[in-house]
Amino acid sequence: MSQIIQWIEIGTIIRSLGCCPSEGELHDLIAEVEEEEPTGYIRFEKFLPVMTEVLLERRYRPIPEDILLRAFEVLDPAKHGFLSKEELIKYMTEEGEPFSQEEMEEMLSAAIDPESNSVHYKDYITMMVIDEN
Amino acid sequence: MGCGTSSSVKDKKSETALKAALVIQNWYRGRSAQLKTRQRYALTIFQSIEYADEQGQLQLSNFFSFMLENYTRVLEEDSELVTHLLGSNIQDKDRRDYLGLIDVPDSYCGPRLQFPLTFTDIDLLIEAFKQQQILHAYYVLEVLFETKKLLQRMPNFTHTKTSPSKEITICGDLHGKLDDLFLIYSKNGLPSVSNPYVFNGDFVDRGKNSMEILMILFVSFLVYPNDLHLNRGNHEDFMMNKRYGFTKEVLNKYKLHGKKILQILEDVYTWLPIGTIIDNEILVVHGGISESTDLNLLHRIERNKFKSVLMPPVPIDGDRATEKENKVGTTSTARGIRTNGSLSEQLTKHEWDQVIDILWSDPRGKRGCYPNTSRGGGCYFGPDITSRILNKYRLKMLIRSHECKPEGYEICHDGKVITVFSASNYYEEGSNRGAYIRVSSGTPPRFFQYQMTSATCLRPLYQRVNAVESSAIRMLKERMISRKTDLIRAFQLQDCSKSGKLSVGQWAFSMENVLGLSLPWRSLSSRLVTTDKDGNIDYMSSFQDIHIQKPVKEVQPTLIETVYRYRSDLQIIFNVIDSDHSGLISMEEFRSMWKLFTSYYSVCIDDSQLDELAERMDLNKDGSIDFNEFLKAFYVVHKFDKLNKSDTTVA
Repeated sequence: MSQIIQWIEIGTIIRSLGCCPSEGELHDLIAEVEEEEPTGYIRFEKFLPVMTEVLLERRYRPIPEDILLRAFEVLDPAKHGFLSKEELIKYMTEEGEPFSQEEMEEMLSAAIDPESNSVHYKDYITMMVIDEN
Repeated sequence: MGCGTSSSVKDKKSETALKAALVIQNWYRGRSAQLKTRQRYALTIFQSIEYADEQGQLQLSNFFSFMLENYTRVLEEDSELVTHLLGSNIQDKDRRDYLGLIDVPDSYCGPRLQFPLTFTDIDLLIEAFKQQQILHAYYVLEVLFETKKLLQRMPNFTHTKTSPSKEITICGDLHGKLDDLFLIYSKNGLPSVSNPYVFNGDFVDRGKNSMEILMILFVSFLVYPNDLHLNRGNHEDFMMNKRYGFTKEVLNKYKLHGKKILQILEDVYTWLPIGTIIDNEILVVHGGISESTDLNLLHRIERNKFKSVLMPPVPIDGDRATEKENKVGTTSTARGIRTNGSLSEQLTKHEWDQVIDILWSDPRGKRGCYPNTSRGGGCYFGPDITSRILNKYRLKMLIRSHECKPEGYEICHDGKVITVFSASNYYEEGSNRGAYIRVSSGTPPRFFQYQMTSATCLRPLYQRVNAVESSAIRMLKERMISRKTDLIRAFQLQDCSKSGKLSVGQWAFSMENVLGLSLPWRSLSSRLVTTDKDGNIDYMSSFQDIHIQKPVKEVQPTLIETVYRYRSDLQIIFNVIDSDHSGLISMEEFRSMWKLFTSYYSVCIDDSQLDELAERMDLNKDGSIDFNEFLKAFYVVHKFDKLNKSDTTVA
């Protein structure tokens, strides 16, 4: 019996297993497990060996907290300790592997301090890390 | 220095900004995925428990048969109980008599309907219900009588046509969530000749405004009978209502006339059409289909003979029937079928199964057709079944409901099956969106999603997920505690060295076996037990922070556990025995019931303790037991919880 997953959920599954591939790396991974003629579905039998290897090789390790903090600090060269809403939106939707509108809104809902309309990134990170545990 | 340097500085700057952005995005997507997964787990927990309960519900029907066979006193002396157990017969001539007896006082400031109804009555009801007014029983009954009259003229399947300028809207389960209906009517417009609707069953149970939903839908139907189509769901069933909350809601809101309303409702349900067929292309039914679904047969059967999923047709032994017929009045058989004797009062087994399949089945990815084991009724049907049945009747698509979906809808079987579910936040605030679909011939269906959120609840995703997850885990833990004895026994069987520890695999195996819930146990283990540094599970740790409150100290824990575990079933059984809805049953009835129950469900309990329990709890009032109080006394205490009492209302 083969079990089938829609490819659009593969990213969620892989990430929930503790791996953090970039969008580009994710697409490569999907290409490895897809059917020859992409049906939009992935077979578990194909997925399992590929994923096992990824996990055993400890590929796509998640970002440690200090690197994450440094990334925010890079975007805040004046060392204010926060980013304005507009700045964050600009970076997240124009640089790197841009966020979709939904992703941007979701991030803002948790990150934004409504009074100052800015993101105090150190507090934000701390809050997210606590929640994870 | 020169302009060359400044541009390379700029490049370097944007390169680091790019890298930084990548890091943040990468981290965020990882987090997001984990949150979504946790939300899915929570939903799976809710759903598994819900279906397991439904299965338990269906087992009750066997128990009722068993009860009638063995509870001989009932058969001979208490024919009223038998009648109540089997549902009652209402005469239509009751109507005028009954309505004539009800007076709507001048002091009543709720909505007053004017028959024949017009669209202004729909508005009237909506406005009134928004202000939490309750419609007077007189109008409720009038609406029910009129609805039944009109439904009786409808065929089993409504055939309707769309056109490019006239789309039809299809809504799924509402389950008493009035706010969702308001939202749909407000976003999508009130029903009218140019704005037709199909409501695909399960209007009632679980939510707290089932009555109001029913009234709005029935009134809409009476005003626009050719444009507002209602399909029967598996919850449009008086037996289901007893367990899942609607019966309680009616009796609470209508203390004087509630019983009558329930009686009429029983009948109205049976006249709801089985399904709708749009443009001869789209079949809309509540649950699904099976490999043997015969639409031609379903068009022909007398649908009103399907009273309840808990009342399957039973073969009558020919001799027995004539023997009993000699008794004055009613005939009855040991296996409890509709009295007043004729076989023609029932559907054939084959016809009955056909209806069950329509109301209870679920689509699955696996090919073929299998009994629906999690629900206990209907089947699982695969994409090959869908193709076969759709082709057989030259249809293109099946739209159904019956299952809660995180996004409010889901497409499967190659686009041929769509599930639409319209009760948002069904399990818990934040658990899922609701949706409705608009279709018209020639164009692909359009989906509309929504989620009812209270003003204070526009919280970020991680908070909402935490809330849903906590609620689901709490429910699961209560389930575990109600099976504590069996679980410990299963664990100990595998724990040969008596170390108190098991591997994750062993623990997961026992959990799934004993609880009968197919859940991602390995992923959930961190929320349910403690694991040591070697990855082994301390299986007793789940029971440390939760216990069932002992109503009386000296009673065996196994008795407490049993009553707690079966409290929903006991509630229904008591409700059935309590034919005059007084909330009381006699001590003797209680004892006999308990004896039958424990023997049928193979529960090994020292019965003498039960008497002691009932007496100690001082629930005897003139030799009767207030069973609601009795059951309420068994509840789970979560040690580290702000709320000390779990929700003891029947699900």
